[in-house]
Amino acid sequence: MILLENLIIALSALRANLMRSLLTMLGVIIGVAAVIAVVSIVQGLQNVITQQFQSGGSNTITVVPFVQQGPSLVARQLKLTWEDGQAIRERVRGIEGITPLLVGQATAKYRENQHRPAQIFGVIEDYPEINNHVVERGRFLLRVDLELRRKVAVLGRTVVEQLELGSEAIGAEIYVGNVPVTVIGVMEERGTALGQDSDDLVFLPYDTAEQIFGRLAADRIFLQMKAESAEAVPEVRDGIERVLRERHGLGEDEENDFTIQVQDQLLETITSVIGSVTAVVAAVVGVALIVGGIGIMNIMLVSVTERTREIGLRKSVGATKRDVLLQFLIEAVVLSLVGGIIGTLLGWGIGALAAFLLPGDWPAAYVPWWAVAVAFGFCTLVGVVFGIYPAGKAAALDPIEALRYE
Amino acid sequence: MAVAEPRAERGATAAPSPALIEVRGVHKLYTVGSQEVRALDGVDLDIRRGEYVAIMGASGSGKSTLMNLIGCLDTPTRGSYRLDGLAVERLRDEELARVRNRQIGFVFQTFHLLPRTTALANVELPLVYARMPRGERHELARKAIAEVGLSERSHHTPNELSGGQRQRVAIARALVNQPSILLADEPTGNLDSTTSDEIMELFDRLAAAGKTVILVTHEDDIAEHARRVIVMRDGKVISDRQQPGSRAARPTDGGAIEANAEPDPDDEAADAESVVGSGADEAEEVAAVEPAQGDSR
Repeated sequence: MILLENLIIALSALRANLMRSLLTMLGVIIGVAAVIAVVSIVQGLQNVITQQFQSGGSNTITVVPFVQQGPSLVARQLKLTWEDGQAIRERVRGIEGITPLLVGQATAKYRENQHRPAQIFGVIEDYPEINNHVVERGRFLLRVDLELRRKVAVLGRTVVEQLELGSEAIGAEIYVGNVPVTVIGVMEERGTALGQDSDDLVFLPYDTAEQIFGRLAADRIFLQMKAESAEAVPEVRDGIERVLRERHGLGEDEENDFTIQVQDQLLETITSVIGSVTAVVAAVVGVALIVGGIGIMNIMLVSVTERTREIGLRKSVGATKRDVLLQFLIEAVVLSLVGGIIGTLLGWGIGALAAFLLPGDWPAAYVPWWAVAVAFGFCTLVGVVFGIYPAGKAAALDPIEALRYE
Repeated sequence: MAVAEPRAERGATAAPSPALIEVRGVHKLYTVGSQEVRALDGVDLDIRRGEYVAIMGASGSGKSTLMNLIGCLDTPTRGSYRLDGLAVERLRDEELARVRNRQIGFVFQTFHLLPRTTALANVELPLVYARMPRGERHELARKAIAEVGLSERSHHTPNELSGGQRQRVAIARALVNQPSILLADEPTGNLDSTTSDEIMELFDRLAAAGKTVILVTHEDDIAEHARRVIVMRDGKVISDRQQPGSRAARPTDGGAIEANAEPDPDDEAADAESVVGSGADEAEEVAAVEPAQGDSR
C-alpha cells in the first residue's frame, strides 16, 4: 500500500515540476530512443534476412560462377553448366536434390496484357523441395514435363496479377518472350524483401528456358542443392569443390572459378555484423543513460533540499527512515522509467519513420519485446543507482532540523 | 507495541492514573561549534491524561527542546522519559516514528501542510504511515475535518485556505490518529488575534472533551487558556502551577473544580459529555476505529 502511495506522490511531484522533470528525463529519453530506434531497424532487417534464409533452408548450398577475389581470373571465361550440376549429382554423396537455376528476363504476355521484364527461372522438378517454396494452385513442373520438353510455366503471384489472370490462371496460354507456354501452377506467396519481389517469377522447365535464352545463358547458371542434413553440408561442399575443380581443369595453384555459398555461413556473417552494430549502439546508450542518471541524481538532490520541510513533517507524523527513503527512491525510478517509456515510444516512432523513408523496400521497423524489457530494466537500475544517494540523504534528515529549515 | 488507546479507557480509569508523561532528571546537551549548550538541565515533569498544559518561556529557555522530547522527535542526553509507560529514551528510530504516529499529534506555528495537496489528503497523512487502507483513511479524515468545522473546504489545497483554516486542517491532521497527546508549538504565532481566538477555542473544546493538550508558547494570553502553566528558564522548570480561573475551565466547570484541586477524571468526562455535543460521537468514532488500528499494529 505504501508503495502505491509513494507512486502517487512521485507522479504528482513529477507533474508539479513538469518542465524540470522533462528536462531531467531528456538524457534517459535520448538514450532509450536511440537504442530502440536502432534495434527496431536492425531487427526488422534481421527478421527479413533470417526469414529468407530459413525459407531456403539451412542445408541449402548454392554454387555461383563467381570469383570472390583475384583480378587474374576476371578476364577468363567463367563457366558453370547444368552438366556440372549433373556431375555433382552423380558423384557427390549426401545431396538430396539439385536444380539448375537459369536466370533471365523476358516479357510475359497474356492477350493484351504485357508484363514488364519478368524474372525467369529455368529449373527442374527439385526446385520446390530445395527452396521450401511450393505451389498454391495447380502443380509444379514434373520430370515428365522436362523429359517431353513441354511448354509449361508456373507463375508467381505478382505475374498472375500483372497479367490479370485471376482465377483462370491454370490452363491459360501465355507468352514468355516469343514462346507460348501453358500455365500449370501458381506459387505460394512469399512477399517482398529488400526491394526484391519474390513473387515476380516465372518458372520454366530448364530446357525450355535454355531454348529461350540460348546457350550463352546456359553456360552461366547457378546450381542450387540441398544436403541431406546440416551436418552433411561441409562434406558435400568439399565434394562439390573436388568435382568442379576437376571438371574445370583447375591446377593446384589456381583458385576456384566458382563460389560455394552455404546459407548458415552467410547468416552467421550478417548476424555478427548486426551484433557489432548493436554493441556499438549499446555502448553509446550506456553513456547516455549514465549522463541521464546523473541528471536524475542532480534533480533529486535539489528536490530533497526543496522539500526538507515536507520530509520533516512526514517524519513528525510517523514516517520512518525507510518510508522516506522509499518515497524518494521511487520518485527517482519513476522519473527514469517515465523517461524510458517516452524514449521507447519516440525510438519506435523514429525507427518506423526511418524504415519508411529509407530508399527501397526497407523492412518495417520491429521492436522486439526484449529490447523494451532491457530498456525498462536499465531505466529502473539507473533510477535506483542514481536515486539511492539523494533518497538516503532525505531519509537521514533530522526531523527537528528539517521542520525548521527555511 | 503496547500502546493503550487513551480515549477508550478514559471513563474506566477512575483511580489516580499513572502519569501519561513522566520526565525524570532529563538533560539535553547540544554542541554548537566548540560550545556546549545545556538546552535542558535536569527537568522533572509529570503530565496526566486529560490535562491542559501550557509550557512557557522565552526563546532559549528550553521549551522547544522539551516539546521535541515529549513529541518523541528527540531523545534525552541523560535522564528518562516514559510516555504511557514506554521508555522512550531507549527506542530506536523506527520505534520513535511509530510512537509519533500513534501517540502524538503535532500542530506547528507554520502549519506545515503539504502544498498542492487537498486538505483531506493532508489530514490523511498520519494514517498513510499507520498503513491504514484507503477507504478507512478517507472516512477518518472526513470525520476529523468535520470536527474542526472545515468539511466544506476539504477538497481545497492549502493555498486556497486562510491561515485560520490551514491551522484547522493541521489540527484535524493532529487529531486523526486519535493520539494521546496534542502538542501545539506556538499554534497562533502566525495568525491574527480574531483567528487566534477561534483556534484557541478549538483547543479549549478539545481539552474539555478529554484530550491531553500541551501548548508551547511565549504569549501569556495563550497560556491563560490552559489549566496548568509550566514556566521554563535556562533549561529548568522554574514554575508549575494550576490556573483555577483558566478560560477553558471557566465556562465549563461551573465551579465544580476547586482551586488547586487536581482535575478529576470523572468530572472531566462528565464535562466533555455535557459541554461538547460531539462527545458521544467521538466515543463511537473511537469504537469504530479500534479494530482497524488493532489490525494494522
